Amino acid sequence: MNTATETFYEVMRRQGITRRSFIKYCSLTAAALGLGPSFVPKIAHAMETKPRTPVIWVHGLECTCCSESFIRSAHPLVKDVVLSMISLDYDDTLMASAGHQAEAALEDTIERYRGNYILAVEGNPPLNEDGMYCIVGGKPFVEQLRHAAKDAKAIISWGACASFGCVQAAKPNPTRATPVHKVITDKPIIKVPGCPPIAEVMTGVITYMLTFDRLPELDRTGRPKMFYSQRIHDKCYRRPHFDAGQFVEAWDDEGARRGYCLYKVGCKGPTTYNACSTVRWNEGVSFPIQSGHGCIGCSEDGFWDKGGFYDRLENIQAFGIEGNADQIGGYAAAGVTGAVALHAAVSALKRAQHKPETDTSGKEDA
Amino acid sequence: MVATPNGFDLDNTGRRVVVDPVTRIEGHMRCEVNLDENNVIRNAVSTGTMWRGLEVILKGRDPRDAWAFTERICGVCTGTHALTSVRAVEDALGIEIPENANSIRNIMQLNLQVHDHIVHFYHLHALDWVNPINALKADPKATSELQQAVSPSHPMSSPGYFRDVQNRLKNFVESGQLGLFKNGYWSNPAYRLPPEADLMATTHYLEALDLQKEVVKIHTIFGGKNPHPNWLVGGVPCPINMDGVGSVGAINMERLNLVSSIVDLCETFVRNVYLPDLIAIGGFYKSWLYGGGLSGSAVMAYGDIPENANNFDPAQMHLPSGAIIDGDLSQVHEVDVRDPEQIQEFVPHSWYSYADESVGLHPWDGVTEPKFALGPNTKGTKTNIQALDEAAKYSWIKAPRWRGHAMEVGPLARYVVGYASGHEDIKDQVDRLLTTMDLPVSALFSTLGRTAARALEAEYCARLQRHFFDKLVANIRNGDSSTANVEKWDPSSWPSEAKGVGISEAPRGALGHWIRVKDGRIENYQCVVPTTWNGSPRDNEGNIGAFEAALMNTPMERAEEPVEILRTLHSFDPCLACSTHVISPDGDELTDVKVR
Repeated sequence: MNTATETFYEVMRRQGITRRSFIKYCSLTAAALGLGPSFVPKIAHAMETKPRTPVIWVHGLECTCCSESFIRSAHPLVKDVVLSMISLDYDDTLMASAGHQAEAALEDTIERYRGNYILAVEGNPPLNEDGMYCIVGGKPFVEQLRHAAKDAKAIISWGACASFGCVQAAKPNPTRATPVHKVITDKPIIKVPGCPPIAEVMTGVITYMLTFDRLPELDRTGRPKMFYSQRIHDKCYRRPHFDAGQFVEAWDDEGARRGYCLYKVGCKGPTTYNACSTVRWNEGVSFPIQSGHGCIGCSEDGFWDKGGFYDRLENIQAFGIEGNADQIGGYAAAGVTGAVALHAAVSALKRAQHKPETDTSGKEDA
Repeated sequence: MVATPNGFDLDNTGRRVVVDPVTRIEGHMRCEVNLDENNVIRNAVSTGTMWRGLEVILKGRDPRDAWAFTERICGVCTGTHALTSVRAVEDALGIEIPENANSIRNIMQLNLQVHDHIVHFYHLHALDWVNPINALKADPKATSELQQAVSPSHPMSSPGYFRDVQNRLKNFVESGQLGLFKNGYWSNPAYRLPPEADLMATTHYLEALDLQKEVVKIHTIFGGKNPHPNWLVGGVPCPINMDGVGSVGAINMERLNLVSSIVDLCETFVRNVYLPDLIAIGGFYKSWLYGGGLSGSAVMAYGDIPENANNFDPAQMHLPSGAIIDGDLSQVHEVDVRDPEQIQEFVPHSWYSYADESVGLHPWDGVTEPKFALGPNTKGTKTNIQALDEAAKYSWIKAPRWRGHAMEVGPLARYVVGYASGHEDIKDQVDRLLTTMDLPVSALFSTLGRTAARALEAEYCARLQRHFFDKLVANIRNGDSSTANVEKWDPSSWPSEAKGVGISEAPRGALGHWIRVKDGRIENYQCVVPTTWNGSPRDNEGNIGAFEAALMNTPMERAEEPVEILRTLHSFDPCLACSTHVISPDGDELTDVKVR
């Protein structure tokens, strides 16, 4: 990662622009904003100071859930991110200008901060039909993506779309929606998967980069280890019920009301790497499992095509306890009275403890 | 000059102005207009510039999973497609949901309306009316007086508070890094607010940003997360357990209290901030009543928020339903989403092909085959379009029509239908607003009216959240804790073939999902969404769509700065990811990869 960010002024001087022209530029900027001459020295001063890191945020085929999640961030508040931490110089979902002026804002940022801006990508480019399933400024989105990526310091692939393809890339992927890393191959890419990712994970990744001036440590697939190195199942507060063989068998049954494990109704927590069961959602209010629905595995590659959301996980190597869980469930279901259930749970727990843990170390950063 | 059947004179001879990308919307959109010598819009062309093919992807999948796929149509109106999807599946399979599930679903849908309307007004729309740079010139003391005058109950109104916000804004602007405000149209005379109103509204832009993350927590409680909470065919996934073993992990008293406090928060913000801002800002734009488009002549709503579970009778839904055509407000027509003669989609100007493009198709029999082709008078190339040829195909959005009419949908459509059909709450709200602002009913049919109806609806929906919260609590008190009906959960209990339809009123308007199920799998799935109606291109008769109609005859202050175009387009709250959906019916192969 590039360390010293040049100031506006340094860039302009490097490009052979005189001090006099620089001050004139500052006057024009003030005038364009309808501000008086008293603002000119202040703008000049700011331009001689280290700028906030510019961020260009582009949108391909997506549903904007990542942007919506981002603005839910509670710590830091998104207004603080946008006003004080970064300079969100292009984001077609939130920016004031449109059309030519929006495109000019993009060009200006690329030109001025070559090699020093972060490119955030929400969504992905479709490659069929010469890319014209997603058009920006009359051209295929993939062109804008390549153009903006060329001089970026690093790229953040927000969400499942940019990271893996997500729903529009689910079979048969009619538009050939393609994740960012398969189009841009010469830049560091940080994948922040999820549909969407958790708000504080998103702002956490950005602020980490600003605070430490480096990329977060990534796993083999490019996800920040700090948020994606453990499975939801491993940190789930319902895990004791799994170990005790207490499962929800049907929606709104006694087990559901008691908060038992959702594994049998399709929970993908055992194969999903994300921070939902620890960071949780919307300032820690809940997460899918806590609100009674299994995890659908939305931060995993290709999760739309890994069987139905209510199908019980089977033959998943990383899981490897299918047989045990069935037995455990069988014991629990057989237990009608409290004493029998307790006994079954205790024996199930012992079984669970004896199951071979073949899936931990090697898969931590899978 | 071409006269359209729906009453507009199109003249494409003047200067062509292109806006692409249209920003501050969901998804990707392009707009082209022709201006006459006085910079008045005389021709409008609206283009959806993305297609994702979700309905193609749905074919062959488990109907119980469809809510999750369709929810990903849109992350802004998150949840509304999921709700519509589970309703469609339940309709097809004859599944009835418990009363508690109806109340919880209604609270979630109403919560979305409130959230979406607030975020739209402050974060997607406000910058069309409010100039944050001009706010730097405001006197904080005068701003405080303005705030206390328009909203005496809002506590954040001291001169010091506004001075702090102004200073922060000043530091931001002085940094020279204008971020989201970069290249805005801040010297355009289309902005009419005095600096104090600009400072007040900009301050509320920031307050609303903080608030909206609280509003959605209702989704998190019942659905586990937001955006994209979880839903369930047959009810809702969250069980209720008030005082038994394990209730700490279910909907219990603590969870209900949190819901209740957020309902209060919604009501308070809308009453103390959103509505007063609308009136204050609107007051300075009272003479700018352009953008009416189809709102006074052709509007439609399906209705939503059923008082009782499983009953979609218009008489017992809180949001109104019906269609008004030919500007005749004395007659509200019944809309039947199952009738093949009523709702049909046309494609002669859309990038899809039909065997016979002179006819429209009802969604249950819909055909979609993408066909990207540009007309002979296009300027530019296939991958570098300078100007579109609207005489040919020009959009990824189809053209849905109700009995052949292009219709406007959305909050204003709902409010016009509600007003015309004598909906008491709506009539009361509208009359009070018009009296306060000293405007006639006809002022509703405008860009400003669209924006106003949305604010009124936020207020109404916030109140309804309380109604259904009370209803939920009362039902639990009466001993009913049921949240899901699993009788027909197992596909073996389904008929071998079934079809159904789900309707809702999404924040942006009437939304319908049509499904066919065969042998336990989705055979056909079709969504006709609000922005498909509003953003529709021309049809086979030459009728222009609601966006296009609303832009017509609007004067622009500066041809090169599209403030007025953005203002009117944003008043619809466009959602392009929603609108550019399609389904591939039996037999048409988009690709040789087989679904599953």
